[in-house]
Amino acid sequence: MNPSLTFKSGVRDVLPTVFGYIGVGLAFGIVAHTSHLSLLVVAGMSFIVYAGSAQFIITSMLLLHDPLSGIFISTFLVNSRMILMSTSLAQYFRHESLFKNLLIGSLVTDETFALAMNKQNKTKGKLSFAWQSGANLVAYLVWGFATVIGAMLGGLIADPTRFGFDFALTAMFIGLVYLQLISDRHLGISLQLYVMAFVALVYYLAIGVMSQNFALLAATVAGCLFGMGMKKWR
Amino acid sequence: MAISLTELWVILGCGAITVLSRALPFVFVKQMTMPSWLINFLTFVPITIMTALCCQSLFVANPGHLATLNVANCLAAIPATLAGVLTKSLLMVVVIGIMAMAVLRYFSIGG
Repeated sequence: MNPSLTFKSGVRDVLPTVFGYIGVGLAFGIVAHTSHLSLLVVAGMSFIVYAGSAQFIITSMLLLHDPLSGIFISTFLVNSRMILMSTSLAQYFRHESLFKNLLIGSLVTDETFALAMNKQNKTKGKLSFAWQSGANLVAYLVWGFATVIGAMLGGLIADPTRFGFDFALTAMFIGLVYLQLISDRHLGISLQLYVMAFVALVYYLAIGVMSQNFALLAATVAGCLFGMGMKKWR
Repeated sequence: MAISLTELWVILGCGAITVLSRALPFVFVKQMTMPSWLINFLTFVPITIMTALCCQSLFVANPGHLATLNVANCLAAIPATLAGVLTKSLLMVVVIGIMAMAVLRYFSIGG
């Protein structure tokens, strides 16, 4: 990853993360197919809802004929971490127009957020509309088409996990968190390691008593407060 | 190519919910000056959220009891992390991770 902030470098920087999208996207398409969702519904979910893990949850709730309100609340909870990520990312785009901010905001994901945080370590804290849009658009299109292709292949691929593709997403986050750790000079490595250990501990304890999505939020917020405290008092 | 009324409502409703969660913070941040404690808080969001997302695949939840490790994911994470340390390349981490998982599955290691 170099410091260039053009649309083209956005497209190039996002390519390694595409593996994760393809693997999980195909998996979602296959799950949706076996849950008797039509291609139109799969495409609608991926291109309009565009919510990764929330799409799996929506699919299973549709299958169980859960009420609309329940589906809406779950979607909000699973995606509430987006509020934190967007608030964090938006600080880099305050100089851009409101319209451009809305365009970037509409397509932010876990992955493009993490990528942008890695990128700004290389550019002295700068991001551009062109770069972010390049990364966002590729991620959006790859996700959408991967899920539709997965739904079309449906019955053909019996077990995509056999080839390890389900691990792509985890590997991607491991890579992104490692690159974040070594390149965020503002916080420094030792402080970040303490924060990471604290987040892991809170998450580990929390999933025993609450849902994974709540645990994710609780661990994130607790980790941020812990980090603020350590930075201030040590 | 069929879509029921419920499915249509789910797509439109959930679409509105996700786009608002993502885009509204951009509007607020642009219009308001953020207090310094909030900016300080947000500097920790990237590392904490990425760590928590990793934990989500490394731990298995057992409601009411302590979590256990997802052994296969944890084992595959070792070569993937090493690839990151050695190459500092996201692509290599992903490729090595997938290959490691394929090998684990081939020998039925880690469930």
